[in-house]
Amino acid sequence: MTSETPATLEEDTAPGGEASSGIGGYLLGLGLAAGLTWLSFAIADGNIVWGPGVPAALLAFAVAQMGVHLVFFLHITTGPEHTNNVLALVFGILIVALVLGGSLWIMSHLNLMMPDQMRMDGGF
Amino acid sequence: MLGKLSWAAIPFNEPIPLIVSIIMVLSVVGLLAFVALKGWVPYLWREWITSVDHKRVGVMYCLLALVMLLRGFSDAIMMRSQQALAYNAPGYLPPDHYNQVFSAHGTIMIFFVAMPFVVGLMNFVVPLQLGVRDVAFPTLNSVSFWMTASGMLLINLSLFIGNFARTGWLPYPPLSELAFSPDVGVDYYLWSLQISGIGTLLSGVNLVTTILKVRAPGMSYMRMPVFCWTSLASNLLIVAAFPILTATLAMLILDRYLGFHFFTNDLGGNPMMFVNLIWAWGHPEVYILILPAFGVFSEVISTFSSKPLFGYRSMVAATMAICVLSFMVWLHHFFTMGAGADVNAVFGVATMIIAVPTGVKIFNWLFTMYGGRVRFSVPMLWSLAFMVTFVIGGMTGVLMAVPPADFVLHNSLFLVAHFHNVIIGGVLFGAFAGYTYWFPKAFGFTLDERLGKAAFWCWLIGFYVAFMPLYVLGLMGMTRRMQHYDVAQWHPWLIVAAFGAAIIALGIGFQIAQLAWSIRTRDRRRDLTGDPWDGRSLEWATSSPPPIFNFAVLPDVHGEEAYWHIKERALGDQAMPDEPSYGEIEIPRNTPTGIITAFFATICGFALIWHIWWMVLLGFAGAFATFVLFAWRDNAEFVIGAAEVGRIDRERRAARAIRLPTREQIA
Amino acid sequence: MSAATTAAVHSGSDPYKIGHSDEQASQSTGHGEGGPASKRVVVGFGFWIFLLSDIVMFAAFFAAYAVLASATAGGPGPRQLFDLRNVQIETACLLLSSFSCGLATIAAERRHRVTTQVWLIVTGLLGACFLGLELREFSTMIGEGAGPQRSGFLSAFFALVGCHGVHVTAGLLWLGTMMAQLWFKGFKPHVLRRLLCFSLFWHALDIIWVALFTVVYILGVRP
Repeated sequence: MTSETPATLEEDTAPGGEASSGIGGYLLGLGLAAGLTWLSFAIADGNIVWGPGVPAALLAFAVAQMGVHLVFFLHITTGPEHTNNVLALVFGILIVALVLGGSLWIMSHLNLMMPDQMRMDGGF
Repeated sequence: MLGKLSWAAIPFNEPIPLIVSIIMVLSVVGLLAFVALKGWVPYLWREWITSVDHKRVGVMYCLLALVMLLRGFSDAIMMRSQQALAYNAPGYLPPDHYNQVFSAHGTIMIFFVAMPFVVGLMNFVVPLQLGVRDVAFPTLNSVSFWMTASGMLLINLSLFIGNFARTGWLPYPPLSELAFSPDVGVDYYLWSLQISGIGTLLSGVNLVTTILKVRAPGMSYMRMPVFCWTSLASNLLIVAAFPILTATLAMLILDRYLGFHFFTNDLGGNPMMFVNLIWAWGHPEVYILILPAFGVFSEVISTFSSKPLFGYRSMVAATMAICVLSFMVWLHHFFTMGAGADVNAVFGVATMIIAVPTGVKIFNWLFTMYGGRVRFSVPMLWSLAFMVTFVIGGMTGVLMAVPPADFVLHNSLFLVAHFHNVIIGGVLFGAFAGYTYWFPKAFGFTLDERLGKAAFWCWLIGFYVAFMPLYVLGLMGMTRRMQHYDVAQWHPWLIVAAFGAAIIALGIGFQIAQLAWSIRTRDRRRDLTGDPWDGRSLEWATSSPPPIFNFAVLPDVHGEEAYWHIKERALGDQAMPDEPSYGEIEIPRNTPTGIITAFFATICGFALIWHIWWMVLLGFAGAFATFVLFAWRDNAEFVIGAAEVGRIDRERRAARAIRLPTREQIA
Repeated sequence: MSAATTAAVHSGSDPYKIGHSDEQASQSTGHGEGGPASKRVVVGFGFWIFLLSDIVMFAAFFAAYAVLASATAGGPGPRQLFDLRNVQIETACLLLSSFSCGLATIAAERRHRVTTQVWLIVTGLLGACFLGLELREFSTMIGEGAGPQRSGFLSAFFALVGCHGVHVTAGLLWLGTMMAQLWFKGFKPHVLRRLLCFSLFWHALDIIWVALFTVVYILGVRP
């Protein structure tokens, strides 16, 4: 777009760039992700973890695995050169939480208010 | 072979659509023939259609909006006249047709007037105010515009091939499901919006990236003009909200085309979920529309009060607060759907809270004017009218934020009056103010003031005459979207409202006259220096219109109101700043990718609407091929040499040096 | 106008220049004050924003799925339909393809054309395996009468998982185009930028799959 380059050091980096860490980072990420995946499937039937606690554990594993992907594959860290990227991610997560949480809260209340017969036919 | 398409799709047996279609087709064909015979096609192709310059793209967006304003307003005239006539009488619009008219009116006004107008202004102004050459992704910008144009074309086609939706501008199921809307109307709506929605989303990504990553040296966040802050907030909302629209419309498409059960009455579908999801998009949408208008007013009020904007940091905070809060109020659009008191109360309170940052803005604008030397030019008139009108509309909104009140007023004309109050008083007045304010920057001459003032007064008076009766009617119990009625007390108010629409029509007439007259007499109002209003931000540092590269050398920004400092120093020193050293500039090449992709998208959309499956594949393949072919090019830019850059910039400096001896009295 | 000072000026105190006093010249402290960012940063960030919008779209489909998860309308539910074994293989395919994509990125940084192409092919093949398994799962379900037209739950399932599959398909088409560009053009700057975007996309798809297999499959078959 322009041939001018900034006079001093450009500190911001793009997400996913600068993978100079080499294969080690990716191997570690793969290992952690595979481990978390295995754990998720392993506790699914409720024999290892107390039954009612399984959804919370699964959520924790899923979030952890997303974090592993972000750090080891996408190289998004909390350093100053990634501030914009992290802020954008946080904004996205906020919106997702509002849409998901809000919709679930609203829809469950709407269904609660429905007459019993209609509620039994479908939805919640 | 041609799916559901047949000669029966053309409304031969319906006089009104038929006559309107004939007029429209003849006008379009006539216009195209005129342009071709005048030999303007090569110029238009080279300078506008294939342009990736944000200034050109912005102007095309605004032009599309103004043209569709005429169509949306014709729908409004039809509705007002029908309702004025239809007391104990059928009126002249059969119900089937009337339903399409109010559906088209809303869809067109939101998606093809308000959105393009606001996006067009942001496209034109933001790179100039940031002191840079273009948006982050110029070719993507062109593609975005042409996708919007493709959606516009489809929705206009529905007038004479087939019919439009009868569901209102938001197609609630089960009415919008195949069982109850078996014809192509809802499909036209769905595909038109999906295609233009892609354009809008990409434009949002583009502007967010531009504002966050592409700014002149020294322009930190707190030195950006407020219009750029509101554009940032608006485009963040676009990026966050439009995917919800895409997903929800896609679910309805799956229901209609493949027999899914997202929103059907039977087999587990949940129609209420559509309402929830569509308003999760719909509420941020209205903030997408109003935030840039707020930005326009900040610029206009500060310029025409000859004072810096009061409370810059509180403006920024209020803008970002509105951005986040706008995602926490959407249930107030369906208090009556039955989520219960707890849920209603939370969203009701949130809705009232969101009025607070807007109030902060109003006070900041008032304090900007206080103690300033106010000039009552046309943009300032629009801003003053906005402040009064929007506050009224906002107050009626806060009234309806109280769930028990909303139970009485939901879907009445009170609601209709409220949202027209804020959209016309806020978005449209802001768009008109921005249009008048930045017109000289785009075209090199100002618009005629007298005709502008005539248009303004007609719009203002017409708006109040048309919509204040609707508040009364809502309180009297009249529901929205009524094709006829038998309550005598309503009739006089509806007649008054129809007169209001006629006064607005006069205002639009004055605007058309203003544009035509201003072009004809443009030599009397040339903007020779590039700064006709004694502006304060960087776009006024360029010539009018700016050269393709905007700035020969990107400005070094030292504080807020970057251009004002440059100007004050030059006037104080009685000398232009030192001539910079010019370098060569790379400019992205023009490309027909945008219009060709949109061409295939239109083919694809039309084929999907009419179930012509081979044509769908063709359109899709064509769009993909266009994209791959475009991506293959190696030569994406051309260079303007330093000598040429210098020549152009010296002309600009010479034109400004003339003004140094005195600060000319701005008319 | 701008004196060259060290980049250590703004280490902690006021990185976004919220304070007013600054009449100093343009200093680059990151955060865009050194003028427009480089093309790589601009393209990468823009694509990141696009990905976030895509994630919001998935959130809407997730919300619909959560609402309709029990709307089986008397028909089959997750426990009757889902084969977790198959899901595990799909997950392995996608995770390994993310890894191979990372290896391709490293090879591209070192400008090894052949190695890059090899790892890209591996990524594509693993992705195709994933798609194949998913298509087989879908056709089995449809054959059993558990297609999307059967109930709201199944509509939401097919739409959510199908949306992810459509993204994977688009990714494979994109991958093929990238491999062709790399073959004919080599490591030109714009080719590298696009590879960066592709890897972002591919990793994001795996992130979304994590949410998918956790919420839809594992939580779905729980008693």
